[in-house]
Amino acid sequence: MNMFVVATLGVLITMVFALVRAFLGPTVYDRVLAANMFGTKTVLLIAVAGFLTGRPEWLDLAILYALMNFTGMIALLRFSKFANLASDEQLK
Amino acid sequence: MEGLREIAVWVCLLMGCGFSIIGGIGMIRMPDFYTRSHAASITDTLGAALILLGLGLHSGLNLVTVKLFLIFLFLYLTSPTAAHALVKAAYSKGLDAPDVEEATGAALAIRKEALAAAQRGEGD
Repeated sequence: MNMFVVATLGVLITMVFALVRAFLGPTVYDRVLAANMFGTKTVLLIAVAGFLTGRPEWLDLAILYALMNFTGMIALLRFSKFANLASDEQLK
Repeated sequence: MEGLREIAVWVCLLMGCGFSIIGGIGMIRMPDFYTRSHAASITDTLGAALILLGLGLHSGLNLVTVKLFLIFLFLYLTSPTAAHALVKAAYSKGLDAPDVEEATGAALAIRKEALAAAQRGEGD
């Protein structure tokens, strides 16, 4: 069995677990945590799948997803804390 | 030499997947938000690092390795930051860990009772 198939399956199983927590999660923070974990695992999935299909150029997409994941989560947290996207006055 | 490298790649990928899956199980099984964030954030960094290390060992030394190192660096900078921001937001919103509070409350009550009993004993 190809080693990248195993790695892809492992990452996919973890993504399913994160999705279950995102659906169950009692608070919004649980859901954000699960979404963050899902995003990190998406980066890994793209990287591993790129190697699996013999096209490592997909790593560029993985870098982009890592950036988007971080930015999106910080934006979401600001939104949940200030109920808008936090002007400078609110942060002081 | 080539077989040795293949074994190293296998070990790295399997350990990375193992840590990831353990983190996923922790996400589901842990009782409250703070313990869940502990399980998720720690295994996130270690699992990702091991999987990326395995991929880097497989590809050898070229542009792909540089990109893998960039992803690794970025995940290592942002994943703990994101976890910290998330837990801080939850804490500042006053999200309690119910089990912990209950347990420490019970422990405090027992200790107060013991102290009071000791003082009564001294008084008598």
